[in-house]
Amino acid sequence: MSEQPAPVPRVTLDQAAKSFGAVRALIDGTIALYPGEAHALVGENGAGKSTLVKILAGVYQPDSGVLTVNGEPVTLSGPTAARGAGISIIYQEPTLFPDLTVAENIFMGRQPLRAGRRIDRAAMNRSVAGILARLGVVLDPQRQARGLSVADQQIVEIAKALSASAKVLVMDEPTAALTAVEVARLFEVISALRAEGVAVLFISHRLEEVFAICQRITIMRDGRFVRTAAAAAITVDEVIRAMVGRDLDVLFPKTPAEPGEVVLRVDHLSREGVLHDISFSVRRGEIVALAGLVGAGRSEVARAVFGIDRRSSGEVSVRGTPLPNGSPLAAMAAGVALVPEDRRQQGLVMDLGIDRNTALASLGRLSRFGLIRSARERDLAASWASRLQLKFGRLRDAVSTLSGGNQQKVVLGKWLAREPCLLIIDEPTRGIDVGTKAEVHRILDGLVTDGLAVLMISSELPEVLGMADRILVMREGRITAELARAEADEDTVMRAATGQPREAAA
Amino acid sequence: MTVLASPGPAGTGSRFARAGALLRAREVGIGVVLLVVFGVTTAHNHNFADANSVQQLLSGAALIAMLGVGETLVIVTRNVDLSVGSVVGLSAYVIGDLFSHHPGMPVILGFAVGIGIGAVIGAINGFITAALRVPSLVVTLAMLYIVRGVDGRVVNGVIIVPSNIPSAFVAIGFRTFLGIPWLAIIAFLIVVVVAYAMRSFRSGRDLYAIGSNPEAAALAGVLSARRVFTAFVFSGALAGLAGALFLALHAEVDVTAGTGYELLVVAAVVVGGVAIFGGSGTVVGAALGALLLNTINQALVASRVSSFWNEAIAGALLLGAIAFDRWLSLRVARGLRSAEGAHRDL
Repeated sequence: MSEQPAPVPRVTLDQAAKSFGAVRALIDGTIALYPGEAHALVGENGAGKSTLVKILAGVYQPDSGVLTVNGEPVTLSGPTAARGAGISIIYQEPTLFPDLTVAENIFMGRQPLRAGRRIDRAAMNRSVAGILARLGVVLDPQRQARGLSVADQQIVEIAKALSASAKVLVMDEPTAALTAVEVARLFEVISALRAEGVAVLFISHRLEEVFAICQRITIMRDGRFVRTAAAAAITVDEVIRAMVGRDLDVLFPKTPAEPGEVVLRVDHLSREGVLHDISFSVRRGEIVALAGLVGAGRSEVARAVFGIDRRSSGEVSVRGTPLPNGSPLAAMAAGVALVPEDRRQQGLVMDLGIDRNTALASLGRLSRFGLIRSARERDLAASWASRLQLKFGRLRDAVSTLSGGNQQKVVLGKWLAREPCLLIIDEPTRGIDVGTKAEVHRILDGLVTDGLAVLMISSELPEVLGMADRILVMREGRITAELARAEADEDTVMRAATGQPREAAA
Repeated sequence: MTVLASPGPAGTGSRFARAGALLRAREVGIGVVLLVVFGVTTAHNHNFADANSVQQLLSGAALIAMLGVGETLVIVTRNVDLSVGSVVGLSAYVIGDLFSHHPGMPVILGFAVGIGIGAVIGAINGFITAALRVPSLVVTLAMLYIVRGVDGRVVNGVIIVPSNIPSAFVAIGFRTFLGIPWLAIIAFLIVVVVAYAMRSFRSGRDLYAIGSNPEAAALAGVLSARRVFTAFVFSGALAGLAGALFLALHAEVDVTAGTGYELLVVAAVVVGGVAIFGGSGTVVGAALGALLLNTINQALVASRVSSFWNEAIAGALLLGAIAFDRWLSLRVARGLRSAEGAHRDL
């Protein structure tokens, strides 16, 4: 059946484009989903996968391009229309109502009714119990959704789709936060759905999963469709090459490092329920990467080291001096800089100019008698703009006018202007186009060669493998492996990150 | 006064101990506190349990409870309606003024006018909040002042006196049925009907969904703007009705009628267990909260405690209720965090 797909696809999207202001999130979204087939959509972060999903969900209306359902061109005016067309979406972040019951979450807006348009609670709970039983999970339909584990939330989302008798099921990275057992359970569900003729769109970064359950693979890069192939007719290497679109050594210019003395030492760091007994060090002149799945606790390590979150036990010291608990100011004074993951919310003041943003973390040095001297502010910004090869019009232009990659350079410049000894950088190239990515990597490499210590958090495995001297793999709040550059590859890192038995701990 | 102040906190204290079990039944807790306040006050002043005194208590609470029902609909959607107090005043005065000039006007028309005025003001609130996406706190605060201003202009120093109001209308304010004031019966019916609707109709569940997670509500295809608009219209209409009943109860209206009700209502609703950030709470809880605040109020009067304590105690109760909620949710969050940690350890 999967070899010989039915002639009429359930859903097709042809050359769909979507822009947000100047940002072209999707340039050519093309895909065809056949009944009874699991279809993988792969691509790096920022490749346009999520935008394509939101078009199928009816959340975004494409600027151009054609969407068909069962061969008929359609316009989905909203999520309800998409659901009416038989398309159900399971988002990466579960979207539940914490105050309502599991059953209500599943049937919101579609509750079974009895006489007088009243909600038939008994029927609703019965039906949910039936769906949950079919999924093989023990979950009380009348339980509040607040406090459900991520895996159970995902189950609720799947039950939602099943209850709507979806013909097309889109899963946006459903396995990102699941354990191996839960993934296996999910795969059984997907197989069962396929057998019922449902078309499944499966988005995942884990290529082994993609090859395990999908019959067809579509690859996207930089907002564009690259190619679609039968899973049997393509290799993992070919997929990766199509995703990345260029050779890795151009993208990851890494100079072999000669690490110096220890800059950051973390001893038995714990935060109740989040981090458990984290110990590691970062030395002068090396990049240490924190790898792991979303939710493994990588950003939490950065937050606890920098003092944003209090640690419940453990010690953090910078150049031998212990950092007080819960004090970002003390961390900054000790020479630590943190470039956060979300640069628009946490890294930049979007409406301020490049000069102001660059100077923000160095105002103390730039002021005399409490007044900031704008000439020095401009000099500082100009010098970093040229060192980081920033592409800009004028220094006074608001940073919101810059591209993502150049915004990231401004955030980098802001912290580098403080001349830190340790740079913590969370997802350095998320949402940045490939060209600028390589530049950011070159900048990092140059900084490290000059003696900076870098702790890098990244979800992009190629980046981790390409840039790091050492890799710490995290899983569920613990460090499960420490790998030297030479011994790390996609397989060893993913195994440690997902807790697969073989060679799990280093 | 210290004797009287103690029952409230003591009652709350016993709830602290069984916090987990009562988490889902704030109504039970309020009921207990209510009985304690009532019992202790009666022990000190036997007149407090008089039929007359109880009827007064219920009539006063009925108005706040009615407003509390509308306010609950709004707060559950993560909004707030601060204009209700001024709507009560305007509605009461306009109806009274109509009766003064047209003595033969049917009673039912008086109610229709009050409800109409409230619904129109609610519709304006709802439109600006839902369609133009202005925070409801600002919108309804502005509306509070605007309506007060209009009220002052309309009243223009003239006071409505009982002799101008048809006796059939005033009768609604003081008549009883089987010893229960009509006002309380009306409020009770409203609470029952709305409580049922909030539980059993999709539109009611939509309100909870919107307040619980607005983004998820949009993804589930809930028509958020329409529902929020309707909630405001409803709150306004109930405030208009409360204005008519205010006139029936007091038969006397001046420009200060309904002043300060908005905060009293919000306090009652929050004490009644409606989460101020939306998503949870019931109109039954809100009505009980109104009854509790009014009972404490009357208990203080009956015990000859200075009326200043009245507001202070209402405030303390509010703080207590919010602190209690916060404490509970922190405890739940911490519990979940370590439970999840423990789960992962497996």
